[in-house]
Amino acid sequence: MTKQFLLDGQPVPFDDGQTILEAARKAGHYIPSLCWHKDFPPHGSCKLCVVKAAGRHVSACATPAKEGWEVESNTPEINGERRGLLQMLFVEGNHFCPSCEKSGNCELQALAYEYEVLTPRFRHFFPDRPVDASHPDVLLDFNRCIFCELCVRASREIDGKSVFALTGRGIGKHLVVNAESGRLGDTDFAATDAAAHICPVGVILPKGTGFAVPIGKRSFDITTIRSKTLKESS
Amino acid sequence: MSFELETAANRESLRRVAIDPVSRVEGHGKVTLLLDEAGHVREARLHIVEFRGFEKFIQGRPYWEVPVMVQRLCGICPVSHHLAAAKALDPVVGAVTITPTAEKIRRLMHYGQVLQSHALHFFHLSSPDLLFGFESPVQQRNIVGVAGAYPEVARQGVLLRKFGQEVIRITAGKRVHGTGAIPGGVNKSLSAAERDELLKDADQIVLWSRDAVHLARRLHETNGSLYDEFGLFRSHLFSIVRADGALDLYDGKLRLRDARGQIVLDHLPCADYDRHITEEVKPWSYMKFPFITELGAARGWYKVGPLARVQNCDFIPSPLAELERQAFVAHGEGEPVHAPLAYHWARMIEMLHAAEVIRALLDDPDLLSEDRLAEGPRGREGVGIIEAPRGTLIHHYRVGDDDLVSYCNLIVSTTHNNQAMNEAVRQVARRYLDGRQLTEGLLNHIEVAIRAFDPCLSCATHALGKMPLAVELIDADGSLVDSATSGG
Repeated sequence: MTKQFLLDGQPVPFDDGQTILEAARKAGHYIPSLCWHKDFPPHGSCKLCVVKAAGRHVSACATPAKEGWEVESNTPEINGERRGLLQMLFVEGNHFCPSCEKSGNCELQALAYEYEVLTPRFRHFFPDRPVDASHPDVLLDFNRCIFCELCVRASREIDGKSVFALTGRGIGKHLVVNAESGRLGDTDFAATDAAAHICPVGVILPKGTGFAVPIGKRSFDITTIRSKTLKESS
Repeated sequence: MSFELETAANRESLRRVAIDPVSRVEGHGKVTLLLDEAGHVREARLHIVEFRGFEKFIQGRPYWEVPVMVQRLCGICPVSHHLAAAKALDPVVGAVTITPTAEKIRRLMHYGQVLQSHALHFFHLSSPDLLFGFESPVQQRNIVGVAGAYPEVARQGVLLRKFGQEVIRITAGKRVHGTGAIPGGVNKSLSAAERDELLKDADQIVLWSRDAVHLARRLHETNGSLYDEFGLFRSHLFSIVRADGALDLYDGKLRLRDARGQIVLDHLPCADYDRHITEEVKPWSYMKFPFITELGAARGWYKVGPLARVQNCDFIPSPLAELERQAFVAHGEGEPVHAPLAYHWARMIEMLHAAEVIRALLDDPDLLSEDRLAEGPRGREGVGIIEAPRGTLIHHYRVGDDDLVSYCNLIVSTTHNNQAMNEAVRQVARRYLDGRQLTEGLLNHIEVAIRAFDPCLSCATHALGKMPLAVELIDADGSLVDSATSGG
């Protein structure tokens, strides 16, 4: 007999070792995330997937499902916390959606729409993060980094290059490039690397592409992040 | 240099009257008048009090982002900035010539922009003055008042603007701040369904536009003593025109006529604009004062926009608008028309032309082609000049080897008209306000003169670090304790 847990009162079947997030999405229940990726072990840093399981807050991406658990996810309280996390991500960097070429394809922006981030809530940090345009094919716009480490992991684990890393702590945390000069142009990074195509926001961008895709044909013009994620998980 | 009534001799003893903000214009500006004890005007200035700074913060951004970013200068005619930037950056991607499809879609977008902006200005912003009178009750002097008294005029104004906005939506993806033009071409062509959606209303739009021209024309024909004289001053006329002398709002070469209509400069390549235009900075305004370098600051200032364009071209390449241009020229009886209020008439002639161009373009099969992009050997610099609704718009960029913008210069339509608008303010102040008890209606005369130029003040203020800034520390008794200045 298949094991199952209850997610917002709905039974969700799972196999041993599956996380709450994997099992829920496979069963058609959306739990949001920014740092999770099917090709990597759970990272548990963005905290958007946090749910309440057996009375405790846990990251759904990093917590194996357990038989008989009652899990809360899509509740006003938890969705409000998710909205707050998104609002914090927006003020921590410099996210100017109106002129960002990732607009319409950006997961942070799509989640902001999904969780109805309608007004500013926190004071903007306006960090000073110069762009790195030293690479001939790829631009780095650090202004938009959300520290998900997907590029760090992809470069290390798929590309075998370790081009990226996070350094600093707390408010001083930032993405760096593994070169003595600190510039992408001085690494062996290539536009064909997996790390060049994994950024959920607008940090790692192929040069010269810009706004080639018209409004109406971008990913999240066509579908919501909820539908897209569930389709990819089914 | 300083013009008559620009700076009073003994400012301390004069009474200050401010119109702040100037209403029914785009952006924020104010007018200050200094009057002596007898109420005579000693100083009159149009100040631009907001600061934007796009020229500075576009530096260091990737060039492909520029057409989308700089259009945020404005919410009324973003398409003009969008297209001027894209034109300037075409040579950077080696697209010295763009494809016919790209050019026609950009033209369609631009003429849609001109149509909606001109309709907005004439019907929403200016018609209350023109239909009710400059001193009519202020409660009535707005678009709601027009809708009550002239419902069909207001309805047509709203629908004309809506049509222009739809043209923009279909070509750029959104009514405001779309992404259609990209360096080297456009990111979408039209589907047959989109074209047909516009075709459905296009003939009606042409007819309504012609009615609007006649409405503006009648104002001059029935009340010439006011409309032909109000705020009158003479100046040079500046715009781009097509190689054959035709009115062309998307592309052409620079032409300057003098106040009597003689061509002074012609066929100047757009890339040479900075050899012919100098911008003067004055301490009392964030907006610079451009003039033709060869003529100097005192004589070289000029008008741009519809009044300049309709008279600077040799003909308008669409039949109905050309007939109206001929009637306009005939009204001048052999001399150029310089009356500020004739801007409205010229603006409506351009709106009719835009409607005709849109109608004609919609029959062109190139709009449906997917041949949208051109490229070639990489360039490092580009100048894009376009005739925006309010006048000549210049974008100039340099791009480094790393693809980041290293230099940006914007000379925006309203900036060109800075001296002209100040001159109109001074003429009206002399004629209508001098020595009189000031009322709201009289002060509105000043605003009427400014409105005729359809200024977009928020677009026009970008120079950083060039404005002379003076800080004065004054104690409780009003005595100057210390002062410091920078820039200039």
